Amino acid sequence: MFRNRYAIESFCKSTALHLFLMAMTVACLFPVFWMLRSSFMSNTTIFVDQSLIPRELNWHNYALAWTRGNFGVYFFNSMVYTVCVVTGIVLVASLAAFAFSRLSFPGRNVLFYIFIAAMMIPLPGSFVPLFVMMNKLHLTNTRFGYILCMINVGLPLSIFLLKTFFDKMPSDLEDAARIDGCNSLQIWWHVAMPLAAPALAVVVIYNALNVWNEYILAALLLNENDLMPLQRGLMVFNGAYQVDYPVLMAGLTITAVPIIGIYLLMQKHIVKGLSSGALVG
Amino acid sequence: MIRPDTGNVIMGQNFSGYRPPARDAFRNFLFVLPAVAIFAVFYIYPFCELFNLSLHQWPGIGPKTFVGLRNFQELLGDKVWWSAMGHAGYITLIALTFQNALAFALALACDREIRLKRFYRLVFFIPPVLSEIVVGILWNWILNSGTQGGQQIGLLNNFIVQTGFPNLVHNWLSDPATALTCIAVVHAWKGFGWGFIMLLAGLQTIDRQLYDAAKVDGAGGWSMFCNITIPMMIPVILLVVILTILGSMQVFVLILSLVNQGLVYHTEVPVTRILASMSGMNQFGYACAQAVIFGVILVAASFTLKAIFNRLRQA
Repeated sequence: MFRNRYAIESFCKSTALHLFLMAMTVACLFPVFWMLRSSFMSNTTIFVDQSLIPRELNWHNYALAWTRGNFGVYFFNSMVYTVCVVTGIVLVASLAAFAFSRLSFPGRNVLFYIFIAAMMIPLPGSFVPLFVMMNKLHLTNTRFGYILCMINVGLPLSIFLLKTFFDKMPSDLEDAARIDGCNSLQIWWHVAMPLAAPALAVVVIYNALNVWNEYILAALLLNENDLMPLQRGLMVFNGAYQVDYPVLMAGLTITAVPIIGIYLLMQKHIVKGLSSGALVG
Repeated sequence: MIRPDTGNVIMGQNFSGYRPPARDAFRNFLFVLPAVAIFAVFYIYPFCELFNLSLHQWPGIGPKTFVGLRNFQELLGDKVWWSAMGHAGYITLIALTFQNALAFALALACDREIRLKRFYRLVFFIPPVLSEIVVGILWNWILNSGTQGGQQIGLLNNFIVQTGFPNLVHNWLSDPATALTCIAVVHAWKGFGWGFIMLLAGLQTIDRQLYDAAKVDGAGGWSMFCNITIPMMIPVILLVVILTILGSMQVFVLILSLVNQGLVYHTEVPVTRILASMSGMNQFGYACAQAVIFGVILVAASFTLKAIFNRLRQA
């Protein structure tokens, strides 16, 4: 009798728990699902047809978004920016982190603390002087200028993550490499970098998400359609195609699907990276 | 023990007080040079320029006129600015209470041994990886109040009509009474996954033996929650609270894309004001003064919170 009551009680508890969690799951997924579904509808049926699964897959919207909505160009730009910025950050940040962790030079600690401080102090509106400076340097409306700005955005956290990792690397390996005749640069490339693969994965994914989703600098620095990344392009597109919901949803899907895909594939690294990023931010 | 400073040590010279020759020090410095150069140009210089510009009046081109603290003086009496600050405060308040309570409840639920734990964790972090632009445009459709051919465009209004309460149809985003709350809800939708992940990570570091010991002593669920979970979680909670405040006060890209009929007075937040002073009115000095004040307020808020929590932990 007692055991029965206990079983019923625990069953009710776990059902209630799952109902709560399921409700939140639906709340999280439904907008995303609706976006996907609507991107396959036609303009005449989108507000009338309430079915969850579209009757026919209408790829027409994607073609329209890709060509007339300029999303092919935006997508290409986003790829270029993401690849360049992430490569830049990995090289620059790992060199610096390696030196901060393993090499000695005057002012090492002070410089490192400046990077850490930059990571922790919120600086809203820093885009104002940055925009002024980029104008002066004639770097607005150039890919190069935007890439440099975004490298700077990702540097402090990446240096911090990599330095904490290099600090844990046993110094025996380094000594062995040195005896074998490696100089510091060779140790960085042949010993430290391969060992740091897990930390590098976090750095790569964290920064890739960041660049892909960045909006404000792209809005201020890039005014030419041919240079815009996806997020900036979406806002332009949203202004132009406001009523054409199926095509707009196709554009949103083009922007969101790569990120969701990467997240699902690498979710362990992402969660680790984002929460470690948050832990120091 | 790991000695981080053994970089240029040749065998047998690994003793404290060892200084590498100047040539080596220079060569080592070259490693950080790219990072330092980029950082100096794109962070340090704009940082200094922010303070410098805030003391000037400057329309973006031509000479700057030094005006001392007049920008700040003007800012103190700027009603639009302070109401924008109030709006951000309101969004932050909802994020702190509603969003974080939700995140904590979900984290507690997922901390138990339940089925589908990994699935829930996967799903709750999807909104945070989406960009603010995507989330904003998507929710703009959901909350849209327009009609087309007698049919509600917005999903929410459409749903309300379908379920038979047509008098509840509302201009969610253009009515000043509901606009901010809608923004806050969308912000919470996008943001709760963060708090969830961090709080869950915190919960999982608590030693299970503490709960077992408390159970032996006859403690119930509620008293275990108050006497074990909460005290052990204080550092994580502090972190989540500070990050929520910093994130919510500075929200603006979401608002730009969510409220797309052009920014209206009742949805202004500090960063959109800075943006407006800069690119709308070409008052670069004033924009920088706003940025400085806002930054000081944020830093002060997080330090105050830190102090309060330190007190709490000692008590």
